[in-house]
Amino acid sequence: MPDNLLEIRNLHKSYGEVEVLKGVDCSMKQGDVVSIIGSSGSGKTTMLRCINMLEEFQGGSISIDGQEIGYEMVGGQRRRKKEKEIARQRALTGMAFQQFNLFPHMSAVHNVMLGLVKVKKLDRDEARTIALKWLDRVGLLARADHFPGQLSGGQQQRVAIARAIAMNPRLMLFDEVTSALDPELVNEVLQVIKTLAQDGMSMLLVTHEMRFAYEVSNRVIFMNQGLIGEEGNPRDMFHKPQSERLAEFLKTSSFS
Amino acid sequence: MDIVHFADVLWLARWPILKGIGVTLSISLLAICCGTVLGVGVGLALTYARAPLRWIVRGYTDFIRGTPVLVLVLASYYVLGTIGLDLGPFQAGILALAVFCSSHVGEIVRGALQSIPKGQTEAAKAIGLTFPQTFAYVLGPQALRQVLPAWVNTAAEMVKASTLLSIIGVAELLLRTQELISRTFMSLEFYFFAGFLYFVINYAIERFGRYVERKMAVPS
Amino acid sequence: MGYTLNFAAVWRSFDDLLLGLALSLALAFGSILIGAVIGLCTAFGLISKNGLIKRPAGVYVSIIRNTPILVLVLFTYFALPQWGLRLGKIESFVFTLALYSGAYLAEVFRAGLLSIPAGLREAGLAIGLTEMQIRTSIIAPLMFRNILPSLGSTIISLFKDTSLAAAIAVPELTFETRKINVETFRVIETWMVASCLYVFTCSILAALMRIVERRLALPR
Repeated sequence: MPDNLLEIRNLHKSYGEVEVLKGVDCSMKQGDVVSIIGSSGSGKTTMLRCINMLEEFQGGSISIDGQEIGYEMVGGQRRRKKEKEIARQRALTGMAFQQFNLFPHMSAVHNVMLGLVKVKKLDRDEARTIALKWLDRVGLLARADHFPGQLSGGQQQRVAIARAIAMNPRLMLFDEVTSALDPELVNEVLQVIKTLAQDGMSMLLVTHEMRFAYEVSNRVIFMNQGLIGEEGNPRDMFHKPQSERLAEFLKTSSFS
Repeated sequence: MDIVHFADVLWLARWPILKGIGVTLSISLLAICCGTVLGVGVGLALTYARAPLRWIVRGYTDFIRGTPVLVLVLASYYVLGTIGLDLGPFQAGILALAVFCSSHVGEIVRGALQSIPKGQTEAAKAIGLTFPQTFAYVLGPQALRQVLPAWVNTAAEMVKASTLLSIIGVAELLLRTQELISRTFMSLEFYFFAGFLYFVINYAIERFGRYVERKMAVPS
Repeated sequence: MGYTLNFAAVWRSFDDLLLGLALSLALAFGSILIGAVIGLCTAFGLISKNGLIKRPAGVYVSIIRNTPILVLVLFTYFALPQWGLRLGKIESFVFTLALYSGAYLAEVFRAGLLSIPAGLREAGLAIGLTEMQIRTSIIAPLMFRNILPSLGSTIISLFKDTSLAAAIAVPELTFETRKINVETFRVIETWMVASCLYVFTCSILAALMRIVERRLALPR
């Protein structure tokens, strides 16, 4: 097995004329918890979305456990992999979204079961057992039969996290999961993520919660204008920023 | 299909066709005008009238909306004669279309008035406006923005529904076309041509509706 | 006036009316079923980013929506044989109404598809579902719920449009009514009973749609 869980090399991505990622290099080991910070428009969410092919990218490579994600070389030509293959690779990662994106016509437990039944092809009983286990882990066993419309934002986000993690992904991606929440609901979600981190889950978080990034991650990446501006352990990053840019950013964000 | 031959026949038939278009447009116009006047009354009654009147009007609209237009047209044509109101097919047809139009316009007006938040009426009361004033300055103008696009749509419906009058013998565009077909046996060509004319009229109305919708949008 | 209501003649022919109504319902059911398939495909076409799919879908919807259905019905039945497509009365009408429903349902479905947030598709992708799985287990059930109200009124209006089949002598409710009217001269009674049958059927359809809507409503 290769030593790096995630390996991103020279990642380029543009929307038409606008280049949003200008050659990002980054790697993660098994069990790493990495936070990506940076101002909006710096490309951090885009980078996250490239890892599970929600965004196409034009150059560079991403691999998980040594597997090339999304593209392959056929006769010297870079080609998008088959849809089926990409779907299988997406299941290597789990993702939680800013807007939760729970399926509104399914109860909490059915939201978690869907991937287990349709993608992992488990039988329904087995899927249900796993789904309930994870709902219990995020503290929502009692709400298993509630529909998204009956849950608070924080509860919805915890179900969404359970839905992602129940697929047993190698890597969890969190895309600003607390940004759409009322302030009093932020903590319950962060608490869930913290427990997952303590259990050794590898994760990559895009976040605006500086205090949380400081506490939970063993490495922080600062993104600036489509490139990695600075990276290191949280203590150094937050207390002794090397670059002017990072110092500036930390001053305007809430970390103190 | 011999285009040149058809063009010749069409040229010879230009007057009946133009007359047909004229009748179609007058039917539609009359039906829309009468239907709108009636429909605004229906809409106001549905929204503001006291219980017994409101129920009667509700029953009227539900009944009309549950009946196919063709049935309204035929019923109007046959029934009016029976009760001694000797109207020609033209008048009977227009009456049926106007009634049909009024139920549509009524629902549109009701929908628009009811979609205006209660706070608007309260705010108007709070600055001392009477109900007629509230309606004239606050509710009416807001409702109008919503009503107009849907109303233009109803106009297109009326043009389409006017074809049904051919069945009771009103010499509008479709009946003229059928007469021409029975003389020339060029059914494909003439139906195609009639369909095209209707399409042009309705497409123009649809475009106009979109234009109105854009014009009426409140800047935001 | 001297007209006294006497329903005896109509009751004697009531079975014919009911058979006519049954045929009307069958025509509507068949056409809408085929129309729903056409409409769904067209709706995906309308929201497609590929111009080669989007344009034809748009042209189809625009032509059908701007042409009177009576013209379409007559065209299919009387003019298409000239191109060698000779259909029986019922087949011809179902063919027309299916094409007609397709265009109206396409608009309904399109609105439903657009009402689903893009994030749900992404969430499906993120857990490894394929596009097809996302369509069947997420988008379709949600779209169906969202469109129920407008689907209901479209279905009811398509049911009413089956009355147009009378124009090509399909023995459905309107045709039977007209026949009884001519045979018995009980004009008012005949049309009263017929419209009541239509209104009653429409309200049953509306009630059924409301039940489905309530059954499928998501708890909140």
